[in-house]
Amino acid sequence: MADVTLTIDGKRITVPAGTTVLQAARDNGIFIPTLCHDPKLTPWGGCRLCVVEIEGMRGLPASCVTTVAEGMVVQTASPQVVEARKMMLELLLANHPRDCLTCSKSGACSLQDYAYYYGVRGDKFHGEKHDYPLEDDNPFIVRDMNKCILCGKCIRVCAEVQVNNVIDFAHRGFNTRVTPAMDLTLRESEECVFCGNCVQVCPVGALAEKASLWQGREWELTKVRTTCTFCGVGCNLEVSVKDDHVVRVRGYDNPLVNSGWLCVKGRFGADFAESPDRITRPLIRVGERGEGRFREATWDEALDYTARRLQEIKEQYGSRAIAALSSARCTNEENYLMQKFMRAVIGTNNVDHCART
Amino acid sequence: MQDLKEWRETLQQQSHRGDRPSLTVGMSTCGQAAGGAKVMAALEEEIARRGLQVDISQTSCIGMCYAEPIVEVALPGKPRVFYGDVTPERVPTLVEKHVLQGEPVREWALIQLSGEATPYEGIPVMPGSTYYGRQVRVVTSRLGLTNPESLEEYIATGGYEALEKVLGQMTPEQVIEEIKISGLRGRGGAGFPTGLKWSFTRQAPGDKKYVVCNADEGDPGAFMDRSVLEGDPFSVIEGMTIAAYAIGADEGYIYCRAEYPLAIKRLKMAIAAAGEKGLLGRDILGTGFNFDLHIKAGAGAFVCGEETALLASIEGRQGMPRVRPPFPAQQGLWGKPTNINNVETYANVPFIIKNGGQWFASMGTEKSKGTKVFCLTGKIKKTGLIEVPMGITLREIIFDIAGGIQDDKQFKAVQIGGPSGGCLPEDKLDLPVDYESLTAAGAIMGSGGMVVMDENTCMVDVARFFLNFTQAESCGKCTPCREGTKRMLEILTRICEGEGRMEDLDTLETLARVVKNTALCGLGQTCPNPILSTLQYFRHEYEAHIKDKRCPAHVCQALLVYTIDAGKCTGCGACARACPAGAISGEKKQPHRIDPALCIKCGSCMEKCKFGAISRL
Repeated sequence: MADVTLTIDGKRITVPAGTTVLQAARDNGIFIPTLCHDPKLTPWGGCRLCVVEIEGMRGLPASCVTTVAEGMVVQTASPQVVEARKMMLELLLANHPRDCLTCSKSGACSLQDYAYYYGVRGDKFHGEKHDYPLEDDNPFIVRDMNKCILCGKCIRVCAEVQVNNVIDFAHRGFNTRVTPAMDLTLRESEECVFCGNCVQVCPVGALAEKASLWQGREWELTKVRTTCTFCGVGCNLEVSVKDDHVVRVRGYDNPLVNSGWLCVKGRFGADFAESPDRITRPLIRVGERGEGRFREATWDEALDYTARRLQEIKEQYGSRAIAALSSARCTNEENYLMQKFMRAVIGTNNVDHCART
Repeated sequence: MQDLKEWRETLQQQSHRGDRPSLTVGMSTCGQAAGGAKVMAALEEEIARRGLQVDISQTSCIGMCYAEPIVEVALPGKPRVFYGDVTPERVPTLVEKHVLQGEPVREWALIQLSGEATPYEGIPVMPGSTYYGRQVRVVTSRLGLTNPESLEEYIATGGYEALEKVLGQMTPEQVIEEIKISGLRGRGGAGFPTGLKWSFTRQAPGDKKYVVCNADEGDPGAFMDRSVLEGDPFSVIEGMTIAAYAIGADEGYIYCRAEYPLAIKRLKMAIAAAGEKGLLGRDILGTGFNFDLHIKAGAGAFVCGEETALLASIEGRQGMPRVRPPFPAQQGLWGKPTNINNVETYANVPFIIKNGGQWFASMGTEKSKGTKVFCLTGKIKKTGLIEVPMGITLREIIFDIAGGIQDDKQFKAVQIGGPSGGCLPEDKLDLPVDYESLTAAGAIMGSGGMVVMDENTCMVDVARFFLNFTQAESCGKCTPCREGTKRMLEILTRICEGEGRMEDLDTLETLARVVKNTALCGLGQTCPNPILSTLQYFRHEYEAHIKDKRCPAHVCQALLVYTIDAGKCTGCGACARACPAGAISGEKKQPHRIDPALCIKCGSCMEKCKFGAISRL
């Protein structure tokens, strides 16, 4: 595609035609705040925080939905733009609870960050605020619609990524809120699969993982990148840990695998990690098969034992006497290695998998 | 096509107003609301009782809404006489004097339309009357004069001549060119050049295209589109058919709000009638051109008048606007190129094609051509529907056509353009009515609502009223409109209740400016206009509310003070008995007094006082 040259804040920038002003600015290190924008979702243009001034255009267009044009002259921080952004934040804060002290999102909240950046205290308007009841009737997600800023990301992720269309905007104007059909809760809707991708895209504290509440402040968490163990897809995870305790799991944005999205198991099934029933060391059987008696062993001992036994069986009964059953909870790479080992080392095609039906 | 010509000629020769007297009742929504149906029944009863050979039929709104119910009496070969404020009680006299004795009842007659007949003496002739003298009726030319449900009458009065011309002699490009020459601009309010819009849709790639008519008229005090749909549905349908031919569409939708049941009923009848005669549907007039037309009834959300929200609503989705571009001309209904125009825009099309673009362009100003229909409401003497050439001044409309302010009170402001319009003061009255002048003055043309306000109107209260409307109608998608209208309304309410602070005015002004500059769609971008224009022209009223805790127009209840003039009070006690709050005390035959702490400012005492001793400050 042809290139377009434009000027943003006095800087000449060349980007491919069709790029948005927002993208062009961000690619060149120019800051523009956004709340409803997500490059992985369809453009929405609703929060209006990303407004900029463009010569020759009426008003202040939203940069997330304005395409660059040759010779365009953009101002991202003119007094008019800053005034509008501050006002937008004042308006959002005027109908937002003041409980940053205990909000689980504190420290990772876009609204909080932008309010700090622009020095907006949220004390300009004193009017009606919503007082919706907290929705916590399901085991996974807590919804606090008083904190919702109606950016609509959750709606779009549900419709475009999970393709489940459980939630949408209902009512109008100031009373607009995000809800499943008929104003039911997520649980009552019986449609929600609790993938939790909505929680992950929420820029504020309106949606939270129930299990992570009160488990640690944002700045206390250590983030560990790992791979989900629930199936062979290999979704990349970012596990937040505090004091060796898994506080929450989010998708890690690896575009080659899961682009950051997860399913209910990967996101909410991490409690097995700290289960007392979990086998944490290799066990070698003692006594007869079926008695259920094991002793703990080191990895070296266990691997040596297994190698010796496989060799003995192969020598005594032949390669075809050995079969391997692998698990969907292993990664693709692990499954590949398993079959390679069976074919090349053991010399058999007796390979199977728990997910084969 | 030949058949249509012959049919028209036959119809014209027959002329429905033949050799029998005819009685016609205005039965549009305004006529019916004023009691037209009762008058109709009384007429039928009277005619039956006397066993007369008289045709009784109905018509639409002739524009003089202030005089409904209106009855037209026409004797063969004589002028058509229009009577206003007809009641069932007046019916026998009308029939006796006019129908039987041939003598019009002059004191009840509003106007006459003489045609080739000799006018009656003492009754104003329609084109020359004060109400119609400055009007130029194009879109409204059939209103009140023909039966809107009759395809025959439409055709006899020149209907479908334009479609005949288009399909018989013109290429789509020529049609678009003619509309461009006419200078017609969108009558929905924004004033985008119609010919240009059509050419965009024509040029947009795609084998399936749509034409859509925006009949989601939602402004308080606006009924232009309703009147046209109720009074001349065929002209809108013919205009849409021509547009479809011009842009290459074969399907269309009329998006009409469900609150207009009569308009929808008449549109349905008109679509069926046109379809039966081969003027709609497959192979129109044998030319191979197809055009199917549907009606979609909207559920009444104001924002659905915004074109992208309207399209979403037709598609069955929530009426929320989306960002443009892409414009509907590129990606409209179900993603297909779509031409959207307003009712009045389409209704103009047959007249432009028939009389030529030059004819249309000869009316109006340099940039605003043709005529515009307005609804006059508020504190004026003659409320109604008028059609005037662009460029006429507001003063001419308000004082010459509408007769000035009720009870000859002082004019204060005129609100133009619906809830998104602005309030213009006295010194703007000589402004020509065209798109550019109105926008420059802080109002907008809008779809044509004109609300006139007098000295008894509080401008802060007016701004509050309109913000209350836009706040309730905001769709909730974008922050400035959703949250901003709410806060603007709260500040205005506070000022009206005497709780305002001077810094509120700065906040209000900044907020209004930001909302105007940043909102996603036209609703949000224009909703601060009532605030900005009243702050510009009537700032002193805001300041009086805040600084002096006084409402200069005596409207804002919380700021009223009722006092008793001891000199006039006779001590009759009527006020004290009327007071629901027990705030009035006094000895019998001694001057009474009102305790301001108890007074709830209901005004009952003032109504009851026979001596004018109670005043409101």
